[in-house]
Amino acid sequence: MHRLTSVEELEKIRKITLEEKSKKSSCLTVCLGTGCQAYAGQRVYETLKKEITSHNLTAEIELKATGCRGFCEQGPILVLYPGEICYCRVQPENVPDIIKTTVIENRIIEDLLYQDPVTGQRFIKESEIPFYRNQSRIILGANRFINPQDLGDYLAQGGYRALAKTLEEMTPEQVIAEIEKANLRGRGGGGFPAGLKWETTRRAPAKKKYVIVNADEGDPGAYMDRSLLEGNPHLILEGLSIGAYAIGADEGFIYLRQEYPLPLENLSIAIKQAEEYGLLGTNILGTGFNFSVKIKRGAGAFVSGESSALMSAIEGKIGEPRPKHINTALSGINGKPSNLNNVETWANVPIIIEKGAEWYTHIGNATNKGTKIFSLVGKVNNTGLIEVPMGIPLKKIIFDLGGGIPGGKKFKAVQTGGPSGGCLPQHHLDTPVDFDHLHELGSMMGSGGMIVMDEETCMVDVAKYFMHFLKDESCGKCVSCREGTRKMYEILEAITLGQGKEEDIPLLEELAWVTSNTSLCALGRTASNPVLSTLKYFRDEYEAHIREKRCPAKVCKALIQYTIDQEKCNGCGRCRNLCPQKAIEGEKGSPLTINAQSCIRCGICREACRFEAVIVR
Amino acid sequence: MKEKELENIINKYRADPTEIMNMLLDIQEKEKFLPKTALSYLSGKLGLPLTRLYQMATFYEALSLTPSGRNQIHVCTGTACHVRGADGILNKLEQKLSIKPGQVTPDQKFSLKTVNCLGACALGPVLLVNGEYYGHMSALKIDSMLQRSSE
Repeated sequence: MHRLTSVEELEKIRKITLEEKSKKSSCLTVCLGTGCQAYAGQRVYETLKKEITSHNLTAEIELKATGCRGFCEQGPILVLYPGEICYCRVQPENVPDIIKTTVIENRIIEDLLYQDPVTGQRFIKESEIPFYRNQSRIILGANRFINPQDLGDYLAQGGYRALAKTLEEMTPEQVIAEIEKANLRGRGGGGFPAGLKWETTRRAPAKKKYVIVNADEGDPGAYMDRSLLEGNPHLILEGLSIGAYAIGADEGFIYLRQEYPLPLENLSIAIKQAEEYGLLGTNILGTGFNFSVKIKRGAGAFVSGESSALMSAIEGKIGEPRPKHINTALSGINGKPSNLNNVETWANVPIIIEKGAEWYTHIGNATNKGTKIFSLVGKVNNTGLIEVPMGIPLKKIIFDLGGGIPGGKKFKAVQTGGPSGGCLPQHHLDTPVDFDHLHELGSMMGSGGMIVMDEETCMVDVAKYFMHFLKDESCGKCVSCREGTRKMYEILEAITLGQGKEEDIPLLEELAWVTSNTSLCALGRTASNPVLSTLKYFRDEYEAHIREKRCPAKVCKALIQYTIDQEKCNGCGRCRNLCPQKAIEGEKGSPLTINAQSCIRCGICREACRFEAVIVR
Repeated sequence: MKEKELENIINKYRADPTEIMNMLLDIQEKEKFLPKTALSYLSGKLGLPLTRLYQMATFYEALSLTPSGRNQIHVCTGTACHVRGADGILNKLEQKLSIKPGQVTPDQKFSLKTVNCLGACALGPVLLVNGEYYGHMSALKIDSMLQRSSE
């Protein structure tokens, strides 16, 4: 392939690609995102390939491995176009039947269709499934049509049209004006206006400037950036290139989490392709614009996702935060002005440029425009990635899209914003999900993790979990953060062990105040949120642990006891065989008992019992 | 690690000292840890103080100065996995292998680590064993997983 030297050539190659693709009458797409791969997605793909060849269908069918489609709960997902016939939880052994019945004989296999767990209704088309129907997938939507390792697929979806438009028709000032008009706010969690940030770096008096993608997605429970990077890497590269042009940067970095091998592979391929086609490098599309991109890998440090820490890491130093007397937008990598945005923020850019700020601002509410991707996980029926307009109520996300709580259990809380966020209770379910409303309630939007918790989740344990995370991840530079998170963790641990004291709650509140007000970076400044929000909304649970030595959710091991319901137990002995402590006593065939002395409350007996005879008190 | 392999890694990143992390990760991937000789070699070649390399090796979770087991088990302890019972799975593994996270079994067969989030939250609780994801894990499935992964 020779380098594209003009926008006309880009359009020509797009036309050729589209013509080439239209020669095949149907397209079979299989999701090979990380989730579907864990469910044998790769083997499904290989089997499909074999079956298509053995039926001599290669001339008619395009087989495509796509990135994440979001509905991970139902993976591996397979969709046949035209007709958009969607099959869920496909296994390799289903493939011969799919080819024979659906592809050749054009009949639907009912059993492989999605079935609503509540109504039992089956759906043929992917877009009709309630999980998808209620979303606005302006960013994630393209994933289902794109093989992330094929630039042709991205071009067929209109890829790089926004970059061409930017370079040919717009001045850098016009690009920034459009982003400002769209009111694009940083999707990494801060919600800072991207246009304003760009403008600051653009105006900074320096010749050398950098643009950076923050792909260090460190919030546990959030994986939208992973899905964008592995499913549609060119979208991020295009957004970054547009930003570089607007800001006046000729070099860009993608700081990628080490835990993400597939995004690394797909991004590396995408960068190489873009360079070959002249969409990155010198004189891009013959317009005189030069821009190159490098990937820098992280190595498992949460704090390195903070802007100044991330820039230190890019320089080859330890990824620790530094004082920001001067903003990184003015003095970042090597002291040069550096503009950092999160993956999802960059993904919004080509869409805003192509469709216009006017169109974009019709999505969302007054101060929060566009969509937001959330990873809806935890105790919820439909786990996966969802993209919804900003301002949609929490209730709609959890119950309409998420299908409610599994096993008929009661909803207790929803955690947003990762370790810097908070837990919101039932009575705040009508809250519109956007930067401002969540902040008002003591939580935050964060990068979009949304972890649903049911009545069997202990909120003191959740606070302890986050504090354990934060004390480990604090870099230790600020005493208040290093010691504050450790001390809060120790107090929470004591409470869950039944050793809590009355004065622990005010002490926690005091420690939380000091840690938030005297730490250098956002890790320390927001570290208290999980404690403060659970204290605010679930104080009764803390009090039950402290005063009654009772864990209402029956989670804290020191405060619970496992027993066997003598009525329900038939003495099958399954639990006795599996108990690692040999704590289950009694004769086979008659009801068994648990020796409380040797029981370590690991819960294996409860999991093993088929008669629900094991009870936790 | 042979000098030639180290040279290849250094050249892959044009002997650029700011690419030190990528080099360390490549060594870690190949050797499953960072051998002292490799760090000294890098330090000399790139003109970086050895203390800086040790600082990085001890700061980052993914880097290690001691060898890992032949089979590497990572237990995801992300929030989504936590609320779905990752603790129970970790306890079971600790018990089964008689080691704590961060340790290696005496026969070097298994090493056990926790990871903050694997980004496979919808599959929670999830394990990563030798690069392969095991979704919807439960303590009951641990025995067969160990057997399969050590074959």
